[in-house]
Amino acid sequence: MWLDIWMRENPITYVLLGSYAVAMAIFLVEIALVRHKRALTLQQVRLMQEAGEEE
Amino acid sequence: MAINWFKYSAPTTFYSLAGKLIPWFAVAAAALFAVGMYIGFYIAPVDYQQGEFYRIIFIHVPASILSMFLYLIMAGYAAMGLIFNTRLSAMMATAIAPTGALFAFISLWTGALWGKPMWGAWWVWDARLTSELILLFLYLGFIALHASIDDPRRADRASALLAIVGSVNVPIIYFSVKWWNTLHQGSTIKFSGTSMHVAMQQAMFIMLVACWLYAIAVILARVRSIILERERHTKWINELPEVKHVA
Repeated sequence: MWLDIWMRENPITYVLLGSYAVAMAIFLVEIALVRHKRALTLQQVRLMQEAGEEE
Repeated sequence: MAINWFKYSAPTTFYSLAGKLIPWFAVAAAALFAVGMYIGFYIAPVDYQQGEFYRIIFIHVPASILSMFLYLIMAGYAAMGLIFNTRLSAMMATAIAPTGALFAFISLWTGALWGKPMWGAWWVWDARLTSELILLFLYLGFIALHASIDDPRRADRASALLAIVGSVNVPIIYFSVKWWNTLHQGSTIKFSGTSMHVAMQQAMFIMLVACWLYAIAVILARVRSIILERERHTKWINELPEVKHVA
């Protein structure tokens, strides 16, 4: 009930925080995950290469 | 000058090409997001019926369009991988799925946020909303199926079938507002024209392009990791400067 009243009193805040901030947060998390995955994969490949050189 | 497109379907060539393209797409996406939001919030007028709440459409509509198009592209790549047995096609399909799922989620989330003040409900079992929810489940099913099979080539084939069969859902989403009597409104922008204010059209179009550029950048970045992972036993991967050089 309080949310109904609040959203009608603050429509721009509701729109900005509820949809745009959430969407941007999702994009940032996705970018962070992609970068993390790349760093992890590169590390894995380097370790494999080092192991191959030692043999 | 003829371009040899087949050259870019090889992971060896595509890997470096994608690396060069990512910063351009990422910077353009960030700039267009800023411009789109500026027009959407400062220039576009208030809607006489929906008030300020209508501004959700500048992210809701592009996210919905992207979720459907990305699924079709993913299914297309999956089909190409299945038919021609091309390595990069399957990798592309795998890279598209998480981004498509996120756009489907954003579409549903922002739709719920718009629905509450407009319809008085976060969710209704409407044909458009339900078929979009099925799209999200199809993306999640694709990701889960691919992750559950250890052999990547078998995983590619199994998930490709799911992607191809699931693509029937996309026209259902699009035409649901015409085929059934739904609460969700039909298309505002048609080939015959639109009643939308020009600033609203500009904001929506710019946000749509920004979402496309963002999706391309993040998919290219993801596919580079997949190429690295799958081709790690090959000679060309071991000769890459980023693999040789340890920071």
